[in-house]
Amino acid sequence: MSKNILVIQRTAPYGSSLAREGLDYVLTSAAYDQNIQMLFMGDGVFQLVKNQNSTDIQLKSQLGAMEVLPLYDIEDLYVIKEDLAERNLSESDLGLPIKVIKRRDTHTLIEQQDHVMGF
Amino acid sequence: MKISLLVLSEPYSSQSSLSALQYAKAALESGHSIERVFFYHNGVHTGSSLQTPQQDEVNIQQQWKELSEKHQLDLVICIAAALKRGNLNHEEASRYDKSQFNIEAPFELSGLGQLLDAQINSDQLITFG
Repeated sequence: MSKNILVIQRTAPYGSSLAREGLDYVLTSAAYDQNIQMLFMGDGVFQLVKNQNSTDIQLKSQLGAMEVLPLYDIEDLYVIKEDLAERNLSESDLGLPIKVIKRRDTHTLIEQQDHVMGF
Repeated sequence: MKISLLVLSEPYSSQSSLSALQYAKAALESGHSIERVFFYHNGVHTGSSLQTPQQDEVNIQQQWKELSEKHQLDLVICIAAALKRGNLNHEEASRYDKSQFNIEAPFELSGLGQLLDAQINSDQLITFG
């Protein structure tokens, strides 16, 4: 049976492989027909920054890896407005279509879920 | 309550690795059941049977093994995350033509679907790391 699962990405890409392995969990769960939504908060917002080029550090682009999300029917992506602002980022710096929500509205998003998974 | 654990942290480097073990013991002593313990990210090192701590230090792999034998715990290590970090069982070592292996029963290597399965079939999934 399909469950509504919110995956929260909280870490910057590349410094740790947790961002990438969190994405692997997302894709696996979607392949098992779960309804996945993603929330990017804290340093996790850096995963969304456009024009990432990780070739020189011998890693695959996190943003590039996320381009497959629509193929898995994962289209509900959220980012916290204040977390972008605190890092001097705005919606125009991001490389994926995403819904910007206020921090105080995150609890509403979480309450709609059957499960929440944080990476 | 039916509980599953997700262990993301490395043994010996991070306190949360030991916290997971202590939490599992406390949960079982309190009468809860543990559906599965899933090791992912740096937590995949937990199952290495080559861990050789000094005699006055806790052996984390050994403690999970003993706890599993006592309570028939399902200890599953993510196979993709484990293989790239050099944690292989006999079967995978043969498959990839490696001369050594370090993962043995009761630890099993399996896919990420086992994490999803544990999450869906438990009342609570507790993440460490």
